[in-house]
Amino acid sequence: MSILINKDTKVLVQGLTGKTGTFHTEQALAYHGTQMVAGIHPKKGGETWTAGEGAGEKAGAELPIFATVGEAKEATGANASVIYVPPAGAGAAIIEAIEAEVPLIICITEGIPVMDMVNVKAKLDKSKSRLIGPNCPGVLTPEECKIGIMPGSIFKKGSVGVLSRSGTLTYEAVFQTTNEGLGQTTAVGIGGDPVKGTEFIDMLEMFLADDATESIIMIGEIGGSAEEDAAQFLKDEAKKGRSKPMVGFIAGRTAPPGRTMGHAGAVISGGKGGAEDKIAAMEDAGIRVSPSPAQLGKTLVEVLKG
Amino acid sequence: MNIHEYQAKRLLHEYGAPVAGGVAVYSVEQAEEWAQKLPGPLYVVKSQIHAGGRGKGKFKELGEDAKGGVRLAKSVEEVVENAREMLGNTLVTKQTGPAGKQVNRLYIEDGADIDRELYLSILIDRTVGRPAFVVSTEGGMDIEAVAEETPEKILTLPIDPETGVTDADSKKLNKALKLTKDAAKDGMKLFPILYKAFIEKDMSLLEVNPLIVMKDGHLRVLDAKVSFDGNALFRHDDIMALRDKSEEDEKEIEASKYDLAYVALDGDIGCMVNGAGLAMATMDIIKLYGKEPANFLDVGGGASKEKVTAAFKIITADPSVKGILVNIFGGIMRCDVIAEGVVAAVKEVGLKVPLVVRLEGTNVEKGKEIINESGLNVIAADDLDDAAQKIVKAVEDA
Repeated sequence: MSILINKDTKVLVQGLTGKTGTFHTEQALAYHGTQMVAGIHPKKGGETWTAGEGAGEKAGAELPIFATVGEAKEATGANASVIYVPPAGAGAAIIEAIEAEVPLIICITEGIPVMDMVNVKAKLDKSKSRLIGPNCPGVLTPEECKIGIMPGSIFKKGSVGVLSRSGTLTYEAVFQTTNEGLGQTTAVGIGGDPVKGTEFIDMLEMFLADDATESIIMIGEIGGSAEEDAAQFLKDEAKKGRSKPMVGFIAGRTAPPGRTMGHAGAVISGGKGGAEDKIAAMEDAGIRVSPSPAQLGKTLVEVLKG
Repeated sequence: MNIHEYQAKRLLHEYGAPVAGGVAVYSVEQAEEWAQKLPGPLYVVKSQIHAGGRGKGKFKELGEDAKGGVRLAKSVEEVVENAREMLGNTLVTKQTGPAGKQVNRLYIEDGADIDRELYLSILIDRTVGRPAFVVSTEGGMDIEAVAEETPEKILTLPIDPETGVTDADSKKLNKALKLTKDAAKDGMKLFPILYKAFIEKDMSLLEVNPLIVMKDGHLRVLDAKVSFDGNALFRHDDIMALRDKSEEDEKEIEASKYDLAYVALDGDIGCMVNGAGLAMATMDIIKLYGKEPANFLDVGGGASKEKVTAAFKIITADPSVKGILVNIFGGIMRCDVIAEGVVAAVKEVGLKVPLVVRLEGTNVEKGKEIINESGLNVIAADDLDDAAQKIVKAVEDA
């Protein structure tokens, strides 16, 4: 099993016709034939997009383009949408997908104004859609479905659930668990923005409920209190007898307060959001926190040996 | 992006917030000329730097007993005297770091008769994804200290973006700040004004500390600190025009031209990494093995050879850098592009310090080949642990 996406997931692409959208849609098609079913462009409805060499065996595949998400969903039966729209228009693109009642929306775009995300969040809270991101690498279920920008080559089907606020640190965790022979059920990048669709807790709930997921790696970073909230959730669940072996990592131990470290959400402000508090909360919840991002796989193997 | 206090007040005044009359000056002559136009008899002379704690700050060039960065003056002569002491000198506050910041602008303001000092700010409450007011009766103090010692004196009130500040919200804020009569009436007007400014100008922080109740019973914004969401500046040319580059690190300005996320730090190992999380983790691991990072640098997901070259030049231009660690996990970022950028940069600016390169991911073999064939003195590393240990050792041995 897996969480969020699998081989039956049908994916729309908002921002397909741009350079980024084209590149990653080709990569997705090439990855075990992920079902990319249509693109959206307000002015290019009725046209067709053709996959280039990047799609490997699927080069030459054609996707219909629709003017709106609603039409595309209606025509294709899509149940997910990935967004590569540039920052200025990305908030509106997410809202369009919410209004079309797309169940799973994954927004890759980095640099969306916070106020736009505040407006998205207000609409999202009243909807049935789930939003992953923005400013995230996407979601990947090995050998089944790749949505977003994660490099498919480092994945292997297996038993570890990977969950992270950072893209490249997700790759580190995936690569190391592949090298250790463990593999992954699903990897989810929830994104580095301060206001986002999904926090750790919802994903932990899904990984705990997924039978194929035998252990979890959770990677956080400075800023906000999502890691502390997740730790509290895990403690509460453990009391109910639900728990899985976990390894964690927090990036930004050496970051100075008040400075934004690349990710808009990675900032220690008002004395809150520092790494040490997060590490302490996670350890208190039974997570083995690795001091080095190069030791995630090895640490998990040790934890599993008991 | 941050702006100066006087700019923030001017902006809030445009929205209708009550602020004192005041003038920004760059010279002693201007201070004298403009102070005469204020009503008096009380003036406040305030250093304009992008850092808090100015009142308790100390000027490096003046003695220990000299007054701080915010001063009261009872005549135009005193204004001039103070301006002479402050302009051009370096103010060190809790937030500037030991190097301090040179004071190039002063704000001379009409004095106020203060009855009570309050705290008010608006920020994004991440737990609910909404803007929120944070208010306290304990104004004029460090709000972090209040949060630590008397958290019950702070009210956090998230605002529904679909309704904005309602009368019920304003009443709650009035109650928390213990505002009555004229001050309460002022509050009912002021809170929606500040919220409107926050939303329309895409602020990330609007802090009024203190907000004062004057002896005449009315409210006034006595100090104002405003930061803007960098991701929204594209739609605010008026705010961009307020940027004061003299307040920013030169290397950070250069990096921003190439859209590189760069933060200057105090250590001696320069880092170039792709991805914010990995870039932070790289800093952490350098520290774990006993050294300090000289910077945070995320070249981003789709960097070009030119961008990598620019990044490398910024790092090598920093005289405190004694060694460089390049750490790339190529997903979107291809390792061969990084390798070409590094080689091009080294050929252009030379390499006087040890360089460790760790490449992993897409096109890793091609990237390693480019570096090996360049003939450059590069130390290759297998993983992040190995890379950190190698650069720390190379710097210590050098």
